[in-house]
Amino acid sequence: MNASLKKQLTEPLWLRVVLITLTFLFLAALVGLPIVIVIIEAFSKGWGAYRDALTQPDVISALKLTLLVAAIAVPLNVVFGLAASWAIAKFEFRGKQLLITLIDLPFSVSPVISGLVYILLFGAHSMMGDWLIRHDIQIIFAVPGLVLATIFVTFPFVARELIPLMQEQGVEQEEAAVLLGANGWQTFRRVTLPNIKWGLLYGVLLCNARAMGEFGAVSVVSGHIKGETTTIPLYVEILYNEYNFVAAFAVASLLLLLGFVTLAAKKIVSRQERGQHGH
Amino acid sequence: MKSSSTVLPGFRLTLAFTILYLLVIVLIPLAGLFVRSATLSADEFIAAVSAPRVMASYRVTFLAAFAAALINAVFGFLIAWVLVRYKFAGKKLCDTLIDLPFALPTAVAGIAMAALYAPDGWIGKYLAMMGLQIAFNPYGIVVVLAFVSLPFVVRTLQPVLQDLDKDIEEAALGLGATRAQTFWRVLLPHVAPAWITGVTMALARALGEYGSVIFIAGNLPMVSEIVPVIIVSKLEQYDYAGATAVALVMLLASFALLLLVNVLQGWSARRMRA
Repeated sequence: MNASLKKQLTEPLWLRVVLITLTFLFLAALVGLPIVIVIIEAFSKGWGAYRDALTQPDVISALKLTLLVAAIAVPLNVVFGLAASWAIAKFEFRGKQLLITLIDLPFSVSPVISGLVYILLFGAHSMMGDWLIRHDIQIIFAVPGLVLATIFVTFPFVARELIPLMQEQGVEQEEAAVLLGANGWQTFRRVTLPNIKWGLLYGVLLCNARAMGEFGAVSVVSGHIKGETTTIPLYVEILYNEYNFVAAFAVASLLLLLGFVTLAAKKIVSRQERGQHGH
Repeated sequence: MKSSSTVLPGFRLTLAFTILYLLVIVLIPLAGLFVRSATLSADEFIAAVSAPRVMASYRVTFLAAFAAALINAVFGFLIAWVLVRYKFAGKKLCDTLIDLPFALPTAVAGIAMAALYAPDGWIGKYLAMMGLQIAFNPYGIVVVLAFVSLPFVVRTLQPVLQDLDKDIEEAALGLGATRAQTFWRVLLPHVAPAWITGVTMALARALGEYGSVIFIAGNLPMVSEIVPVIIVSKLEQYDYAGATAVALVMLLASFALLLLVNVLQGWSARRMRA
Protein backbone atom coordinates (compact mmCIF):
# COMPACT_ATOMS: atom_id res chain seq x y z
CA MET A 1 0.00 0.00 0.00
CA ASN A 2 1.44 3.40 -0.80
CA ALA A 3 2.03 5.98 1.91
CA SER A 4 -0.64 8.47 0.83
CA LEU A 5 -3.33 5.81 0.82
CA LYS A 6 -2.25 4.64 4.26
CA LYS A 7 -2.46 8.20 5.50
CA GLN A 8 -5.98 8.53 4.21
CA LEU A 9 -7.00 5.43 6.17
CA THR A 10 -6.59 7.23 9.46
CA GLU A 11 -7.62 10.61 10.76
CA PRO A 12 -5.42 13.71 10.45
CA LEU A 13 -3.05 14.25 13.36
CA TRP A 14 -4.98 17.15 14.88
CA LEU A 15 -8.17 15.11 14.99
CA ARG A 16 -6.41 12.13 16.57
CA VAL A 17 -4.96 14.43 19.25
CA VAL A 18 -8.38 15.94 19.93
CA LEU A 19 -10.06 12.52 20.22
CA ILE A 20 -7.36 11.09 22.50
CA THR A 21 -7.50 14.20 24.69
CA LEU A 22 -11.28 13.89 24.98
CA THR A 23 -10.90 10.24 26.01
CA PHE A 24 -8.42 11.19 28.72
CA LEU A 25 -10.57 14.05 30.02
CA PHE A 26 -13.75 11.99 30.06
CA LEU A 27 -12.14 9.04 31.85
CA ALA A 28 -10.30 11.30 34.28
CA ALA A 29 -13.50 13.12 35.26
CA LEU A 30 -15.78 10.11 35.38
CA VAL A 31 -13.47 7.37 36.70
CA GLY A 32 -10.19 8.92 37.83
CA LEU A 33 -11.48 11.64 40.15
CA PRO A 34 -13.79 9.31 42.14
CA ILE A 35 -10.79 7.04 42.84
CA VAL A 36 -8.64 9.95 43.94
CA ILE A 37 -11.27 11.50 46.20
CA VAL A 38 -11.92 8.21 48.04
CA ILE A 39 -8.22 7.95 48.91
CA ILE A 40 -7.84 11.62 49.82
CA GLU A 41 -10.97 11.74 52.00
CA ALA A 42 -10.02 8.48 53.72
CA PHE A 43 -6.65 9.90 54.77
CA SER A 44 -7.83 13.51 55.29
CA LYS A 45 -7.42 13.23 59.07
CA GLY A 46 -4.19 11.29 58.83
CA TRP A 47 -3.07 7.69 59.08
CA GLY A 48 -4.12 7.38 62.74
CA ALA A 49 -7.75 8.32 62.04
CA TYR A 50 -7.75 5.95 59.07
CA ARG A 51 -6.51 3.07 61.20
CA ASP A 52 -8.95 3.89 63.99
CA ALA A 53 -11.86 3.91 61.55
CA LEU A 54 -10.93 0.47 60.24
CA THR A 55 -10.37 -1.17 63.62
CA GLN A 56 -13.81 -0.36 65.07
CA PRO A 57 -15.53 -3.58 66.25
CA ASP A 58 -18.52 -2.88 63.97
CA VAL A 59 -16.22 -2.62 60.95
CA ILE A 60 -14.50 -5.88 61.86
CA SER A 61 -17.84 -7.67 62.22
CA ALA A 62 -19.09 -6.14 58.93
CA LEU A 63 -15.92 -7.37 57.27
CA LYS A 64 -16.41 -10.88 58.67
CA LEU A 65 -20.04 -10.90 57.54
CA THR A 66 -19.10 -9.77 54.02
CA LEU A 67 -16.48 -12.51 53.78
CA LEU A 68 -18.93 -15.10 55.13
CA VAL A 69 -21.67 -14.14 52.64
CA ALA A 70 -19.23 -14.26 49.72
CA ALA A 71 -17.77 -17.55 50.97
CA ILE A 72 -21.20 -19.17 50.71
CA ALA A 73 -22.60 -17.42 47.63
CA VAL A 74 -19.56 -17.66 45.35
CA PRO A 75 -18.89 -21.44 45.63
CA LEU A 76 -22.58 -22.21 45.08
CA ASN A 77 -22.61 -20.11 41.92
CA VAL A 78 -19.37 -21.75 40.78
CA VAL A 79 -20.93 -25.22 41.09
CA PHE A 80 -23.98 -23.94 39.24
CA GLY A 81 -21.84 -22.28 36.54
CA LEU A 82 -19.87 -25.48 35.94
CA ALA A 83 -23.02 -27.64 35.79
CA ALA A 84 -24.87 -25.21 33.53
CA SER A 85 -21.98 -24.75 31.11
CA TRP A 86 -21.33 -28.51 30.93
CA ALA A 87 -24.97 -29.22 30.05
CA ILE A 88 -25.26 -26.30 27.63
CA ALA A 89 -21.88 -26.47 25.89
CA LYS A 90 -21.39 -30.22 25.59
CA PHE A 91 -24.91 -31.36 24.67
CA GLU A 92 -27.68 -30.44 22.26
CA PHE A 93 -31.22 -30.13 23.57
CA ARG A 94 -34.41 -28.24 22.90
CA GLY A 95 -34.93 -25.00 24.81
CA LYS A 96 -31.20 -24.34 25.17
CA GLN A 97 -31.46 -20.72 24.01
CA LEU A 98 -34.30 -20.10 26.47
CA LEU A 99 -32.21 -21.58 29.28
CA ILE A 100 -29.30 -19.26 28.45
CA THR A 101 -31.65 -16.25 28.47
CA LEU A 102 -33.11 -17.30 31.83
CA ILE A 103 -29.64 -17.67 33.34
CA ASP A 104 -28.92 -14.05 32.35
CA LEU A 105 -32.21 -12.85 33.83
CA PRO A 106 -30.84 -11.64 37.21
CA PHE A 107 -28.68 -9.08 35.35
CA SER A 108 -31.77 -7.29 34.09
CA VAL A 109 -33.55 -7.23 37.45
CA SER A 110 -33.02 -4.13 39.60
CA PRO A 111 -31.03 -5.05 42.75
CA VAL A 112 -33.83 -3.68 44.90
CA ILE A 113 -36.27 -6.12 43.30
CA SER A 114 -33.75 -8.95 43.81
CA GLY A 115 -34.05 -8.34 47.54
CA LEU A 116 -37.80 -7.69 47.47
CA VAL A 117 -38.64 -11.10 46.00
CA TYR A 118 -37.12 -12.84 49.02
CA ILE A 119 -39.04 -10.60 51.43
CA LEU A 120 -42.22 -11.64 49.62
CA LEU A 121 -41.23 -15.31 50.00
CA PHE A 122 -39.76 -15.39 53.50
CA GLY A 123 -40.69 -12.11 55.25
CA ALA A 124 -43.04 -11.86 58.25
CA HIS A 125 -46.05 -11.06 56.03
CA SER A 126 -45.17 -13.60 53.37
CA MET A 127 -46.54 -16.87 52.17
CA MET A 128 -44.09 -18.83 54.31
CA GLY A 129 -43.80 -16.22 57.07
CA ASP A 130 -46.07 -17.89 59.67
CA TRP A 131 -44.45 -21.27 59.26
CA LEU A 132 -40.96 -19.76 59.56
CA ILE A 133 -41.90 -17.81 62.69
CA ARG A 134 -43.44 -20.92 64.33
CA HIS A 135 -40.26 -22.83 63.69
CA ASP A 136 -38.11 -19.92 64.82
CA ILE A 137 -36.28 -19.67 61.51
CA GLN A 138 -35.26 -16.18 60.49
CA ILE A 139 -34.26 -15.57 56.90
CA ILE A 140 -35.12 -11.92 56.27
CA PHE A 141 -33.16 -9.36 58.32
CA ALA A 142 -30.67 -12.18 59.00
CA VAL A 143 -27.67 -13.82 57.35
CA PRO A 144 -29.63 -16.34 55.20
CA GLY A 145 -31.48 -13.45 53.51
CA LEU A 146 -28.20 -11.66 52.77
CA VAL A 147 -26.79 -14.86 51.27
CA LEU A 148 -29.88 -15.49 49.11
CA ALA A 149 -29.97 -11.93 47.77
CA THR A 150 -26.24 -12.12 47.01
CA ILE A 151 -26.61 -15.45 45.21
CA PHE A 152 -29.39 -13.92 43.10
CA VAL A 153 -27.43 -10.87 41.95
CA THR A 154 -24.24 -12.85 41.24
CA PHE A 155 -26.08 -15.81 39.71
CA PRO A 156 -25.01 -15.43 36.03
CA PHE A 157 -21.34 -14.42 36.40
CA VAL A 158 -19.57 -17.80 36.31
CA ALA A 159 -22.01 -19.44 33.89
CA ARG A 160 -21.83 -16.64 31.34
CA GLU A 161 -18.00 -16.68 31.35
CA LEU A 162 -17.87 -20.45 30.90
CA ILE A 163 -20.67 -21.15 28.41
CA PRO A 164 -19.14 -19.38 25.36
CA LEU A 165 -15.66 -20.62 26.29
CA MET A 166 -16.74 -24.27 26.51
CA GLN A 167 -18.89 -23.99 23.39
CA GLU A 168 -15.85 -22.76 21.49
CA GLN A 169 -13.77 -25.69 22.71
CA GLY A 170 -16.23 -28.32 21.53
CA VAL A 171 -16.42 -31.91 22.73
CA GLU A 172 -13.66 -33.72 20.83
CA GLN A 173 -11.06 -33.78 23.61
CA GLU A 174 -13.57 -34.96 26.20
CA GLU A 175 -14.94 -37.63 23.88
CA ALA A 176 -11.44 -38.92 23.24
CA ALA A 177 -10.83 -39.13 26.99
CA VAL A 178 -14.05 -41.06 27.56
CA LEU A 179 -13.32 -43.44 24.68
CA LEU A 180 -9.88 -44.07 26.20
CA GLY A 181 -11.64 -45.19 29.38
CA ALA A 182 -11.76 -42.11 31.61
CA ASN A 183 -14.86 -41.70 33.71
CA GLY A 184 -16.89 -38.49 33.78
CA TRP A 185 -15.16 -36.94 36.77
CA GLN A 186 -11.67 -37.76 35.46
CA THR A 187 -12.59 -36.30 32.08
CA PHE A 188 -13.82 -33.11 33.66
CA ARG A 189 -10.86 -32.72 36.00
CA ARG A 190 -8.06 -33.70 33.63
CA VAL A 191 -9.37 -32.44 30.27
CA THR A 192 -12.05 -29.78 30.70
CA LEU A 193 -10.82 -27.97 33.79
CA PRO A 194 -7.30 -27.21 32.47
CA ASN A 195 -8.90 -25.76 29.34
CA ILE A 196 -11.29 -23.47 31.15
CA LYS A 197 -9.28 -22.55 34.24
CA TRP A 198 -8.55 -18.94 33.30
CA GLY A 199 -12.10 -18.21 32.21
CA LEU A 200 -13.35 -19.87 35.38
CA LEU A 201 -11.00 -17.79 37.51
CA TYR A 202 -12.18 -14.60 35.84
CA GLY A 203 -15.82 -15.54 36.39
CA VAL A 204 -15.09 -16.28 40.05
CA LEU A 205 -13.37 -12.90 40.47
CA LEU A 206 -16.25 -10.94 38.95
CA CYS A 207 -18.74 -12.96 40.98
CA ASN A 208 -16.74 -12.31 44.14
CA ALA A 209 -16.36 -8.57 43.48
CA ARG A 210 -20.11 -8.22 43.06
CA ALA A 211 -20.85 -10.48 46.05
CA MET A 212 -18.66 -8.41 48.36
CA GLY A 213 -19.74 -5.08 46.90
CA GLU A 214 -23.48 -5.60 46.43
CA PHE A 215 -25.56 -2.86 47.95
CA GLY A 216 -29.19 -2.63 46.77
CA ALA A 217 -30.28 -6.25 47.15
CA VAL A 218 -28.67 -6.80 50.55
CA SER A 219 -29.85 -3.39 51.75
CA VAL A 220 -33.48 -4.44 51.27
CA VAL A 221 -33.15 -7.73 53.21
CA SER A 222 -30.62 -6.59 55.81
CA GLY A 223 -32.60 -4.69 58.42
CA HIS A 224 -29.37 -2.70 58.99
CA ILE A 225 -28.57 -4.08 62.43
CA LYS A 226 -25.08 -2.80 63.27
CA GLY A 227 -22.63 -5.56 64.04
CA GLU A 228 -25.11 -8.24 62.91
CA THR A 229 -26.59 -7.82 59.44
CA THR A 230 -24.49 -4.96 58.10
CA THR A 231 -22.06 -5.82 55.33
CA ILE A 232 -19.19 -3.52 54.41
CA PRO A 233 -21.07 -1.59 51.66
CA LEU A 234 -24.06 -1.13 53.99
CA TYR A 235 -21.74 0.06 56.73
CA VAL A 236 -20.35 2.70 54.36
CA GLU A 237 -23.88 4.06 53.98
CA ILE A 238 -24.49 4.12 57.75
CA LEU A 239 -21.24 6.03 58.39
CA TYR A 240 -21.97 8.44 55.54
CA ASN A 241 -25.47 9.16 56.82
CA GLU A 242 -24.01 9.82 60.27
CA TYR A 243 -21.78 12.46 58.64
CA ASN A 244 -18.76 10.44 59.69
CA PHE A 245 -17.13 11.04 56.31
CA VAL A 246 -13.56 10.08 57.21
CA ALA A 247 -14.70 6.68 58.45
CA ALA A 248 -17.10 6.23 55.51
CA PHE A 249 -14.31 6.85 53.00
CA ALA A 250 -11.83 4.78 55.01
CA VAL A 251 -14.17 1.78 54.87
CA ALA A 252 -14.94 2.57 51.23
CA SER A 253 -11.20 2.44 50.50
CA LEU A 254 -11.30 -1.28 51.40
CA LEU A 255 -13.89 -1.78 48.67
CA LEU A 256 -11.81 0.34 46.28
CA LEU A 257 -8.92 -2.03 47.00
CA LEU A 258 -11.21 -4.95 46.16
CA GLY A 259 -11.96 -3.24 42.84
CA PHE A 260 -8.25 -2.76 42.08
CA VAL A 261 -7.44 -6.37 42.93
CA THR A 262 -10.24 -7.52 40.63
CA LEU A 263 -9.00 -5.34 37.76
CA ALA A 264 -5.39 -6.45 38.24
CA ALA A 265 -6.45 -10.10 38.33
CA LYS A 266 -8.46 -9.57 35.16
CA LYS A 267 -5.33 -8.26 33.43
CA ILE A 268 -3.32 -11.30 34.50
CA VAL A 269 -6.06 -13.74 33.54
CA SER A 270 -6.56 -12.27 30.06
CA ARG A 271 -2.80 -12.33 29.47
CA GLN A 272 -2.66 -16.00 30.51
CA GLU A 273 -5.67 -16.78 28.34
CA ARG A 274 -4.01 -15.24 25.30
CA GLY A 275 -0.86 -17.25 26.05
CA GLN A 276 -2.89 -20.44 26.30
CA HIS A 277 -4.50 -19.90 22.94
CA GLY A 278 -1.09 -19.26 21.45
CA HIS A 279 -1.52 -15.79 19.98
CA MET B 1 -34.73 -34.36 24.83
CA LYS B 2 -31.13 -35.19 23.99
CA SER B 3 -30.56 -35.22 20.28
CA SER B 4 -26.83 -35.56 19.70
CA SER B 5 -25.13 -38.90 20.09
CA THR B 6 -22.22 -37.87 22.26
CA VAL B 7 -20.54 -40.36 24.56
CA LEU B 8 -20.03 -37.80 27.30
CA PRO B 9 -21.68 -38.51 30.65
CA GLY B 10 -23.36 -36.18 33.09
CA PHE B 11 -26.01 -34.59 30.89
CA ARG B 12 -29.02 -35.50 33.02
CA LEU B 13 -27.30 -34.67 36.29
CA THR B 14 -25.94 -31.27 35.26
CA LEU B 15 -29.09 -30.20 33.42
CA ALA B 16 -31.32 -31.27 36.31
CA PHE B 17 -29.15 -29.35 38.79
CA THR B 18 -29.07 -26.29 36.52
CA ILE B 19 -32.84 -26.19 36.19
CA LEU B 20 -33.46 -26.89 39.88
CA TYR B 21 -31.05 -24.15 41.01
CA LEU B 22 -32.52 -21.72 38.47
CA LEU B 23 -36.03 -22.47 39.75
CA VAL B 24 -35.18 -22.14 43.43
CA ILE B 25 -32.99 -19.04 43.25
CA VAL B 26 -34.48 -17.06 40.38
CA LEU B 27 -37.74 -18.25 38.85
CA ILE B 28 -39.84 -19.12 41.91
CA PRO B 29 -38.88 -15.91 43.76
CA LEU B 30 -39.68 -13.84 40.66
CA ALA B 31 -42.97 -15.70 40.22
CA GLY B 32 -43.78 -14.73 43.81
CA LEU B 33 -43.76 -11.11 42.66
CA PHE B 34 -46.47 -11.86 40.10
CA VAL B 35 -48.50 -13.91 42.60
CA ARG B 36 -48.31 -11.20 45.23
CA SER B 37 -49.41 -8.50 42.75
CA ALA B 38 -52.39 -10.64 41.83
CA THR B 39 -53.73 -10.25 45.38
CA LEU B 40 -54.40 -6.60 44.57
CA SER B 41 -57.62 -5.70 42.74
CA ALA B 42 -57.18 -4.02 39.36
CA ASP B 43 -58.20 -0.66 40.83
CA GLU B 44 -55.78 -0.99 43.75
CA PHE B 45 -52.99 -2.00 41.39
CA ILE B 46 -53.60 0.94 39.08
CA ALA B 47 -53.83 3.34 42.02
CA ALA B 48 -50.53 2.03 43.40
CA VAL B 49 -48.60 2.25 40.14
CA SER B 50 -50.03 5.57 38.94
CA ALA B 51 -49.89 7.74 42.06
CA PRO B 52 -48.37 11.15 41.20
CA ARG B 53 -45.20 10.52 43.21
CA VAL B 54 -44.73 7.16 41.48
CA MET B 55 -45.39 8.64 38.05
CA ALA B 56 -42.81 11.34 38.75
CA SER B 57 -40.29 8.64 39.69
CA TYR B 58 -40.82 6.78 36.39
CA ARG B 59 -40.11 10.02 34.59
CA VAL B 60 -36.97 10.84 36.60
CA THR B 61 -35.63 7.27 36.34
CA PHE B 62 -36.24 6.90 32.64
CA LEU B 63 -35.00 10.35 31.62
CA ALA B 64 -31.85 10.08 33.73
CA ALA B 65 -31.09 6.55 32.47
CA PHE B 66 -31.74 7.67 28.90
CA ALA B 67 -29.50 10.72 29.26
CA ALA B 68 -26.73 8.55 30.75
CA ALA B 69 -27.10 6.04 27.90
CA LEU B 70 -26.83 8.87 25.36
CA ILE B 71 -23.67 10.23 27.01
CA ASN B 72 -22.19 6.75 26.81
CA ALA B 73 -23.40 6.33 23.23
CA VAL B 74 -21.22 9.30 22.23
CA PHE B 75 -18.24 8.87 24.56
CA GLY B 76 -18.38 5.08 24.50
CA PHE B 77 -18.03 5.16 20.73
CA LEU B 78 -15.24 7.72 20.94
CA ILE B 79 -13.33 5.73 23.57
CA ALA B 80 -13.75 2.41 21.74
CA TRP B 81 -12.55 4.05 18.52
CA VAL B 82 -9.52 5.66 20.16
CA LEU B 83 -8.56 2.45 21.99
CA VAL B 84 -8.82 0.28 18.88
CA ARG B 85 -7.39 2.62 16.25
CA TYR B 86 -4.71 4.77 17.84
CA LYS B 87 -1.43 4.14 19.60
CA PHE B 88 -0.64 6.48 22.48
CA ALA B 89 0.93 6.58 25.94
CA GLY B 90 -1.48 5.61 28.69
CA LYS B 91 -3.63 3.48 26.42
CA LYS B 92 -3.43 0.41 28.64
CA LEU B 93 -4.38 2.45 31.70
CA CYS B 94 -7.44 3.83 29.88
CA ASP B 95 -8.42 0.34 28.78
CA THR B 96 -8.16 -0.94 32.36
CA LEU B 97 -10.10 2.00 33.84
CA ILE B 98 -13.08 1.23 31.59
CA ASP B 99 -13.80 -1.88 33.69
CA LEU B 100 -13.66 -0.08 37.04
CA PRO B 101 -17.44 0.53 37.17
CA PHE B 102 -17.89 -3.27 36.98
CA ALA B 103 -15.37 -3.88 39.75
CA LEU B 104 -16.13 -0.98 42.11
CA PRO B 105 -19.05 -1.41 44.53
CA THR B 106 -21.79 1.07 43.71
CA ALA B 107 -21.92 2.57 47.21
CA VAL B 108 -18.30 3.70 46.81
CA ALA B 109 -19.08 5.32 43.48
CA GLY B 110 -22.08 6.99 45.11
CA ILE B 111 -20.28 8.62 48.01
CA ALA B 112 -17.30 9.59 45.81
CA MET B 113 -19.56 11.32 43.26
CA ALA B 114 -21.57 12.99 46.01
CA ALA B 115 -18.35 14.35 47.50
CA LEU B 116 -17.09 15.57 44.10
CA TYR B 117 -20.31 17.26 43.02
CA ALA B 118 -21.54 18.64 46.35
CA PRO B 119 -21.70 22.46 46.20
CA ASP B 120 -18.40 22.62 48.12
CA GLY B 121 -16.81 19.64 46.32
CA TRP B 122 -13.92 19.70 43.83
CA ILE B 123 -16.16 19.85 40.77
CA GLY B 124 -19.32 21.18 42.42
CA LYS B 125 -17.45 24.28 43.59
CA TYR B 126 -16.65 25.38 40.04
CA LEU B 127 -20.09 24.47 38.75
CA ALA B 128 -21.61 26.51 41.56
CA MET B 129 -19.64 29.54 40.35
CA MET B 130 -21.34 29.12 37.01
CA GLY B 131 -24.68 28.81 38.78
CA LEU B 132 -24.97 25.07 38.13
CA GLN B 133 -25.90 22.47 40.68
CA ILE B 134 -25.46 18.76 39.98
CA ALA B 135 -25.75 17.10 43.38
CA PHE B 136 -29.15 16.51 45.00
CA ASN B 137 -31.09 16.88 41.76
CA PRO B 138 -31.67 14.79 38.59
CA TYR B 139 -28.36 15.88 36.98
CA GLY B 140 -26.50 14.11 39.76
CA ILE B 141 -28.39 10.94 38.91
CA VAL B 142 -27.28 11.25 35.28
CA VAL B 143 -23.62 11.53 36.33
CA VAL B 144 -23.59 8.37 38.47
CA LEU B 145 -25.63 6.42 35.93
CA ALA B 146 -23.14 7.43 33.22
CA PHE B 147 -20.43 6.00 35.49
CA VAL B 148 -22.09 2.65 36.26
CA SER B 149 -23.08 2.02 32.63
CA LEU B 150 -19.78 3.20 31.07
CA PRO B 151 -18.31 -0.23 30.22
CA PHE B 152 -21.25 -1.55 28.18
CA VAL B 153 -20.91 0.53 25.02
CA VAL B 154 -17.10 0.42 24.97
CA ARG B 155 -16.91 -3.33 25.56
CA THR B 156 -19.57 -4.20 22.96
CA LEU B 157 -18.02 -1.95 20.30
CA GLN B 158 -14.35 -2.81 20.82
CA PRO B 159 -14.38 -6.35 19.38
CA VAL B 160 -16.51 -5.26 16.42
CA LEU B 161 -14.17 -2.38 15.57
CA GLN B 162 -11.22 -4.72 16.05
CA ASP B 163 -12.57 -7.27 13.59
CA LEU B 164 -13.52 -4.66 11.04
CA ASP B 165 -11.72 -5.41 7.83
CA LYS B 166 -9.46 -2.58 6.68
CA ASP B 167 -10.16 -3.79 3.13
CA ILE B 168 -13.62 -2.23 3.23
CA GLU B 169 -12.19 1.16 4.05
CA GLU B 170 -9.49 0.78 1.40
CA ALA B 171 -12.09 -0.18 -1.15
CA ALA B 172 -14.22 2.83 -0.27
CA LEU B 173 -11.19 5.11 -0.61
CA GLY B 174 -10.20 3.45 -3.86
CA LEU B 175 -13.67 4.16 -5.21
CA GLY B 176 -13.12 7.83 -4.45
CA ALA B 177 -14.93 8.28 -1.15
CA THR B 178 -13.53 10.82 1.30
CA ARG B 179 -12.58 9.70 4.82
CA ALA B 180 -15.74 11.32 6.22
CA GLN B 181 -17.92 9.58 3.65
CA THR B 182 -16.23 6.28 4.43
CA PHE B 183 -16.98 6.78 8.10
CA TRP B 184 -20.63 7.73 7.71
CA ARG B 185 -21.58 5.46 4.84
CA VAL B 186 -19.38 2.38 5.41
CA LEU B 187 -18.07 2.13 8.96
CA LEU B 188 -21.03 3.43 10.91
CA PRO B 189 -23.68 1.19 9.33
CA HIS B 190 -21.38 -1.77 9.94
CA VAL B 191 -20.95 -1.18 13.66
CA ALA B 192 -24.43 0.26 14.27
CA PRO B 193 -26.06 -2.99 15.53
CA ALA B 194 -23.34 -3.56 18.14
CA TRP B 195 -23.43 0.11 19.06
CA ILE B 196 -27.18 0.13 19.61
CA THR B 197 -26.93 -3.14 21.57
CA GLY B 198 -24.34 -1.61 23.89
CA VAL B 199 -26.42 1.51 24.41
CA THR B 200 -29.51 -0.58 25.21
CA MET B 201 -27.53 -2.65 27.71
CA ALA B 202 -26.28 0.56 29.32
CA LEU B 203 -29.86 1.82 29.51
CA ALA B 204 -31.05 -1.42 31.13
CA ARG B 205 -28.28 -1.28 33.72
CA ALA B 206 -28.97 2.38 34.48
CA LEU B 207 -32.73 1.87 34.91
CA GLY B 208 -32.33 -0.53 37.84
CA GLU B 209 -29.39 1.13 39.60
CA TYR B 210 -29.90 2.03 43.26
CA GLY B 211 -26.74 1.97 45.39
CA SER B 212 -24.83 4.79 43.74
CA VAL B 213 -27.83 7.03 43.05
CA ILE B 214 -29.18 7.45 46.59
CA PHE B 215 -26.12 9.34 47.80
CA ILE B 216 -26.08 12.05 45.14
CA ALA B 217 -29.77 12.33 44.23
CA GLY B 218 -31.08 13.86 47.44
CA ASN B 219 -34.15 11.64 46.85
CA LEU B 220 -36.65 14.51 46.85
CA PRO B 221 -40.19 13.29 46.10
CA MET B 222 -41.43 14.45 42.67
CA VAL B 223 -37.97 15.84 41.81
CA SER B 224 -35.10 13.38 42.20
CA GLU B 225 -36.65 10.19 43.50
CA ILE B 226 -35.99 7.10 41.35
CA VAL B 227 -38.27 4.04 41.14
CA PRO B 228 -36.06 1.76 43.31
CA VAL B 229 -36.13 4.43 46.05
CA ILE B 230 -39.95 4.43 45.87
CA ILE B 231 -39.94 0.63 46.26
CA VAL B 232 -37.63 0.80 49.28
CA SER B 233 -39.64 3.57 50.96
CA LYS B 234 -42.88 1.61 50.46
CA LEU B 235 -41.19 -1.41 52.05
CA GLU B 236 -40.06 0.70 55.00
CA GLN B 237 -43.71 1.72 55.53
CA TYR B 238 -44.75 -1.97 55.36
CA ASP B 239 -46.71 -1.26 52.17
CA TYR B 240 -45.69 -4.61 50.64
CA ALA B 241 -48.52 -4.68 48.11
CA GLY B 242 -47.65 -1.20 46.83
CA ALA B 243 -43.93 -2.00 46.65
CA THR B 244 -44.72 -5.20 44.76
CA ALA B 245 -46.98 -3.43 42.25
CA VAL B 246 -44.37 -0.78 41.42
CA ALA B 247 -41.65 -3.47 41.28
CA LEU B 248 -43.74 -5.44 38.79
CA VAL B 249 -44.05 -2.44 36.47
CA MET B 250 -40.29 -1.97 36.64
CA LEU B 251 -39.60 -5.66 36.12
CA LEU B 252 -41.79 -5.76 33.01
CA ALA B 253 -39.98 -2.70 31.62
CA SER B 254 -36.62 -4.47 32.21
CA PHE B 255 -37.86 -7.64 30.52
CA ALA B 256 -38.99 -5.61 27.51
CA LEU B 257 -35.48 -4.13 27.28
CA LEU B 258 -33.90 -7.58 27.68
CA LEU B 259 -36.02 -8.84 24.80
CA LEU B 260 -34.91 -5.85 22.73
CA VAL B 261 -31.24 -6.59 23.53
CA ASN B 262 -31.72 -10.20 22.41
CA VAL B 263 -33.32 -9.14 19.13
CA LEU B 264 -30.56 -6.56 18.56
CA GLN B 265 -27.83 -9.11 19.27
CA GLY B 266 -29.36 -11.46 16.72
CA TRP B 267 -29.36 -8.61 14.21
CA SER B 268 -25.78 -7.75 15.10
CA ALA B 269 -24.62 -11.36 14.72
CA ARG B 270 -26.28 -11.61 11.30
CA ARG B 271 -24.62 -8.34 10.28
CA MET B 272 -21.22 -9.65 11.35
CA ARG B 273 -21.63 -12.81 9.29
CA ALA B 274 -22.89 -10.95 6.23
